[in-house]
Amino acid sequence: MKRIVSLTILASTVLAFASPVLAQTVFVSTQLRPIEEATVVRQDLLKDAGKVDYVVEEPPQFAVRMEAEAQAGKHTVSLVGALHGELSPLADRGQLEPLDELAKKLAAGGMPQSVLDLGKLGKPTQQYIPWMQATYVMAAKKEALQYLPKGADINALTYDQLIEWGKNMQAATGQPQIGFPAGPKGLMARYFQGYFYPSFTGGVVRTFKNADAAAGWEKLKALWAYVTPNSTNYDFMQEPLASGEVMVAWDHVARLKNAISAAPDDYVVFPAPAGPKGRGYMPVLAGLAIPKGAPDTAGATKVIETLTTQKTQLLTASKVGFFPTLNVQLPPDLDKGVALLAGAVTKTQGSKDAVISLLPVGLGDKGGEFNKVYMDAFQRIVLQNEPIADVLVKQGATMAKLMTDTKAPCWAPDAKSDGACPVQ
Amino acid sequence: MTQNRPWIPYLLILPSVAFLALLFVVPLVQTIWLALSDNGAPSLANAERMVTDINFTRSVRNTFLLTIVVVPVQIAIALAMGTMVSKVGRGRETILWIWTIPLGISDLAAGLVWLSILQNTGYFNSLLFSLGVIGRQASWLSYQTPIALFIAIAVAEIWRGTAIVMVIIVAGLNQVPKEFKEAAEIFGAGPWTRFWRITLPLIRPALQSALILRTVLAFEVFAVVYALGGRNFPVLVGEAYNWQNQNQNYSVAAVYAVLIMIISLAATLIYLKALKVDPERLP
Amino acid sequence: MSRETMSTIKASPASFASSRRWLLWSGIAALCAWVLVPIYLVALGALGGRQGVYIWPKTGLPTGISLEPFILFLKTEGVVQSFLNSFGAAGITVALSILLGAPAGYALARYDFRGKDSYRLLVLLTRAFPLAILALPLTVSFIRLGLYDTIIGVGLIHTVLALPFAALVTQGIFLGVPKELEEAAWVFGCTRVQAFFKVVAPLALPGIVATAVFAFVISWNEVFAASVLTVRNRTLTAYLLTVLSESPMHYRFAGGLVLILPSVVFIFAVRRYLFAIWGISSK
Repeated sequence: MKRIVSLTILASTVLAFASPVLAQTVFVSTQLRPIEEATVVRQDLLKDAGKVDYVVEEPPQFAVRMEAEAQAGKHTVSLVGALHGELSPLADRGQLEPLDELAKKLAAGGMPQSVLDLGKLGKPTQQYIPWMQATYVMAAKKEALQYLPKGADINALTYDQLIEWGKNMQAATGQPQIGFPAGPKGLMARYFQGYFYPSFTGGVVRTFKNADAAAGWEKLKALWAYVTPNSTNYDFMQEPLASGEVMVAWDHVARLKNAISAAPDDYVVFPAPAGPKGRGYMPVLAGLAIPKGAPDTAGATKVIETLTTQKTQLLTASKVGFFPTLNVQLPPDLDKGVALLAGAVTKTQGSKDAVISLLPVGLGDKGGEFNKVYMDAFQRIVLQNEPIADVLVKQGATMAKLMTDTKAPCWAPDAKSDGACPVQ
Repeated sequence: MTQNRPWIPYLLILPSVAFLALLFVVPLVQTIWLALSDNGAPSLANAERMVTDINFTRSVRNTFLLTIVVVPVQIAIALAMGTMVSKVGRGRETILWIWTIPLGISDLAAGLVWLSILQNTGYFNSLLFSLGVIGRQASWLSYQTPIALFIAIAVAEIWRGTAIVMVIIVAGLNQVPKEFKEAAEIFGAGPWTRFWRITLPLIRPALQSALILRTVLAFEVFAVVYALGGRNFPVLVGEAYNWQNQNQNYSVAAVYAVLIMIISLAATLIYLKALKVDPERLP
Repeated sequence: MSRETMSTIKASPASFASSRRWLLWSGIAALCAWVLVPIYLVALGALGGRQGVYIWPKTGLPTGISLEPFILFLKTEGVVQSFLNSFGAAGITVALSILLGAPAGYALARYDFRGKDSYRLLVLLTRAFPLAILALPLTVSFIRLGLYDTIIGVGLIHTVLALPFAALVTQGIFLGVPKELEEAAWVFGCTRVQAFFKVVAPLALPGIVATAVFAFVISWNEVFAASVLTVRNRTLTAYLLTVLSESPMHYRFAGGLVLILPSVVFIFAVRRYLFAIWGISSK
């Protein structure tokens, strides 16, 4: 018995030390985390980038790790891939290496300057290199189209038509058929910031509690009558769509892709609805950045260069559904599901009433609390049925404090401000 | 036996104390400071932030409700298991093995297990459907069905957490001398009388250990709740986790952690006073 | 100690016979099913593949299953390495918590000394505080010490969890070894150290093995600290946490099954000692 125990301990200790530590470029990413996508990154996208250890990390752990590495002054991570909003706190704390030379090269190689400038995060130097982009769209099962209200154009829906549609579907099937990703890991906060508020109020922060906003929340409550209550458990809409729990859903393209690519003939993909102030939409940008003190800057630079070649960018689009930051045409033989999604994105950008909403800038590490303001308002108004005016006043005060604390100036579609963005 | 060399016990506990001091007490103090300071000065701003949050009251209420419902049921099931297994001869070891399996199952896995059963297209709905109880998929885990959600979470917690109580109670029952029971039988006591008058008082120490341990653990319930209810059912540790990870405000997370610690310690003290537990038996 | 205390209390007299017997066994069967059926269902989910998740209504019968999705899961990059890492971290946890905890347990069991209650309080604190919250301060110091992203670092943190447990349970085990035996050994000329290794250790060994397996399970199942403290050298649970939450359902169930199976084996390995350790520690 004793021998078995000591042998086990010995064996496991040996195992622990025996794992080989190779000199590799450590690339930590908050994007492309699911097993299948991470495998694509390792086997296809990074094939020509030298020895790279691709490590995926959830955003919270990513933030803790970057903060801890910076505090301790010792680094293992050479390259980070994350969303604009996740990189912005790092840039605010001066933890990212300036990448101006790379940016120049890429500008010459076909990356639009407007996209590259987003990677400056409002600073004088290039903080990150734009890597991939995406946005949010709506998807519906084709069988849902029969319930579409008369005269409605699916590519130019209004909120009233969506509500009507939801009502028809519920009447026909006996169940609410619209779904939103309002679960703990869902991207519902982005719906409010990039779709709901711009569409109803033409702003995000300034207009947080005005009369337009109150009217918008009334509309959302009306819509919510036809939204499945399971929405607060959904993180990714591809699963409820594929399992038939819902027929119509709004989500991030990468979070719809699996369902649509698996059965592209069963779905239509279309822009989110428009409100009185237009059709809000929010482009999502993921970037690549090198932390200050990175052990292998050269290797990291090489990875960035590989990932931003035309070939890799197109491969990324067809394999994982994130679109290029380079100005390139998607090939016609693209994965059918991805082509559907890309079509909806083009339609959104091209629609006459489009209102672009940028990702928040200047919030530093308060991005999470910014999201919470919207989600709390949603929870109280829609789920708990509290009076809209009261909630907006209270949440508006929280928002105002957040803005004065971070001194973040307004961003589109809000009108520019001197100093912190005011809540009017 | 020890008076001649009083330093021996200190020598024996020293390594573990040093270890815990370095890896537990130091970060604990750092966390408490984080909770009770703001920009380097002592402040209750974080605590205020916590108390005024919309989920605070609900998470306190939910945590306590869950504890009050789950712990007694676990004790009852464990007592039933203990009593039953004491009547079994052959097969006893196998039965006990099966009943203790959940002991080794992590929160993460337990959450997945119950999600597979209770989700809309899950086995529970399938069963109800085939029995004709429901005509279509019903949702049990949504904010519109708070009672069903509460029951679902309680059931999953009972599934996962009963094993440890059972182990402690069965161990306690093992130590009840056979002679007591036999004597009681001879004097004509019925099974219920025997159980209430003899068995229960004799395993009181084990019951107390189980009660304290389970209560402290119940206040820390999180992963299962998160897997099944997400944001629909806020609990204290879940809120701490959200503040740390989603909102990236470590100070408010630290206040939650300190609050949980205070509640756990208070509960333990109450048990100690109310049940007059010998401190030797603290879990 | 194990055999005797585990030996069964013989069934009730024959006169109570069949109906009670039947009731007893159906109760036992129901409780076994209560534990096993959820595990069976998650296994179905794991082996049912992508399509299996969407079948409605589900029959609960093993149709359309294959090992393929499960094997695909095991072949995914990182799974095997993290499986080995988990073993490494758990091995270190076991070694450290026994090496540091057993002497403390012995001191608590055999000596009365000032500060004994303070030591218990320290142990209780580790239970009452949600450890995940300590991750940030710990990560910073770990990076400074060069323990960050190492299996040793994870082992150290898991020892914080397992050590208090080991100290308390070994206390119980040593209490169960009669003091008289040890004193007799001294009389016969053994030194304290000799007496310990010749008399006490062999008697306490089964209990210590069970403690070791518990420490192993604690480490095996811990998620949050492990995922924050590692980048490349992930343990299995930490690895699963990052990949699972956003993977398709059948992957998640496969991951859940991978987590459950080892614990089933561990519990099986120590089923005999499980009750012995708690029995003595709640005496």
